[in-house]
Amino acid sequence: MPRYATHVLEPPERRATQAARLRLVIELEGVTKHYPRSNRPSVEDVNVFIDKGEFVFFIGPTGAGKSTIIKLLLREEIPDKGKISVGDMDVTRLRRWKVPAYRRSIGCVFQDFRLLPNRTAAENVAFALEVIGKPRSVARRVVPEVLELVGLGGKEHRYPNELSGGEQQRVAVARAFVNRPLLLLADEPTGNLDPDTSIEIMRLLDRISRTGTTIVMVTHDSNIVNQMRRRVIEIENGQIVRDQARGVYG
Amino acid sequence: MRAKYVMSEVFLGLWRNISMTVAMIITMTVSLSMLGFGLLLYNQVDVIEEYYQTSLEVVIYLDRDVTEEVTAQIESDLKSNDLVAQVEYESKEDAWKRFQETFEKSPDLVASVDAEVLPAAFRIKMKNIDQAEELIAQFADREGVYQATNQKEILQQVFDILGGGQRLTLIVALVQGVAALMLVANTIQVAAYSRRREVAIMKLVGAPNWFVQAPFVMEAVFAGVIGALFAFGIVAAAKVFVMEGQFKNLFSLMPPVEWNSVLLLLPILVGISAAISAITAWITLRFNIKV
Repeated sequence: MPRYATHVLEPPERRATQAARLRLVIELEGVTKHYPRSNRPSVEDVNVFIDKGEFVFFIGPTGAGKSTIIKLLLREEIPDKGKISVGDMDVTRLRRWKVPAYRRSIGCVFQDFRLLPNRTAAENVAFALEVIGKPRSVARRVVPEVLELVGLGGKEHRYPNELSGGEQQRVAVARAFVNRPLLLLADEPTGNLDPDTSIEIMRLLDRISRTGTTIVMVTHDSNIVNQMRRRVIEIENGQIVRDQARGVYG
Repeated sequence: MRAKYVMSEVFLGLWRNISMTVAMIITMTVSLSMLGFGLLLYNQVDVIEEYYQTSLEVVIYLDRDVTEEVTAQIESDLKSNDLVAQVEYESKEDAWKRFQETFEKSPDLVASVDAEVLPAAFRIKMKNIDQAEELIAQFADREGVYQATNQKEILQQVFDILGGGQRLTLIVALVQGVAALMLVANTIQVAAYSRRREVAIMKLVGAPNWFVQAPFVMEAVFAGVIGALFAFGIVAAAKVFVMEGQFKNLFSLMPPVEWNSVLLLLPILVGISAAISAITAWITLRFNIKV
């Protein structure tokens, strides 16, 4: 019997009902991914089910395979075995040309912010709308709103190098959220921030989670995990060793 | 909005990598102008063939001591021959006169040749010059015939030279073309690398693939079109300054290269260059920007 099974809190019968299935946002079933010619971390027979609006932490040592799961969810990688579904899309069988449309339903935040240095905060957020073909009138209406939401009202026209790290991460969150995605993936979003700023970013993500957006966050920050008391999935050597509702870093 | 974004990225990309852009345009220009000359030569061979089709003759030279009866017999046989359209007799005196006219600028040469040496001849216009060999076969061994010649054979050498020139230009065009395409591939790789941040973000937020690729493909197409325009300029300049300028006399031996056929090169060169550049860029991107 796999070790993680003892920690599964959601009984299988609950997921089996049609109603529960509709609420599922992420399904990973027996997902396996190896990198035979590289030392990138692989994952082995991962089973995870995440409901709409859930806030889930992925924790575990460096090289355990957390980021591989993010890559699989983004469809930057395709699993060797198993099935991945996000929303109503079967990611494993997604055609190449449909990938961009799929990614529009996912927002992403990273440790290194990934902002365009030659664009202002507002332009960085608008860029996400621009490149998917939204008209400029939509950007004019939506961008100030979402910047206000992340607490950057009045700083729309600052360039990234004129903003603090926390503020830059807020811009990144605004960009990830501006399309109202089903799912927000955060890969160590507080990795470059001091503890106080980290807590502000977490408050922001918490607010976004309350709008019904599912949030999956990879982190090493035990303080944050312990304070938030949300679902925690611990990974070691590519396998889930703990899946606990309202968990701590442990 | 998106078109404006793509265009500004195109010019920024070309400018950021200006030395590579210039190298790309130069090689494309050389390749395409060679292709242009090759196509012109190809066209010119057709024009020359058509031009001479009507004026080419079979010439039957007679022995110097031929009798009048034999001459008259050959003439009547020629006139009744189905292959022949028109026969013209050139006596020794006519031949001497024509010789003097042809070489009137070289009196020494004229003086050195005895009027008696030049043979009388029949100049024959054929119904179809391609059947010249048949006629020559019929008359070459007859009594009183010194030699039967087909002017087309002489012209064949001109065609061979033109054909050789054409092959040479096409080979240079091909070699330069390969170099140009490798430069395109390299430029696209450099551009993709220098814009990897934007590309990564665009892919992350779900920009469609064509939109991510458009600036790069347009960069290649832009350079290709500029190269084609320069190449067209070179061919046009060659017509004005070489064919109708410095080497006018040499080129006046053959029918002139028409402006029409030169102008036709413009859309051909631009089209070929743009299409091949775009395809090269697109293929390069498939290896460099993975979805």
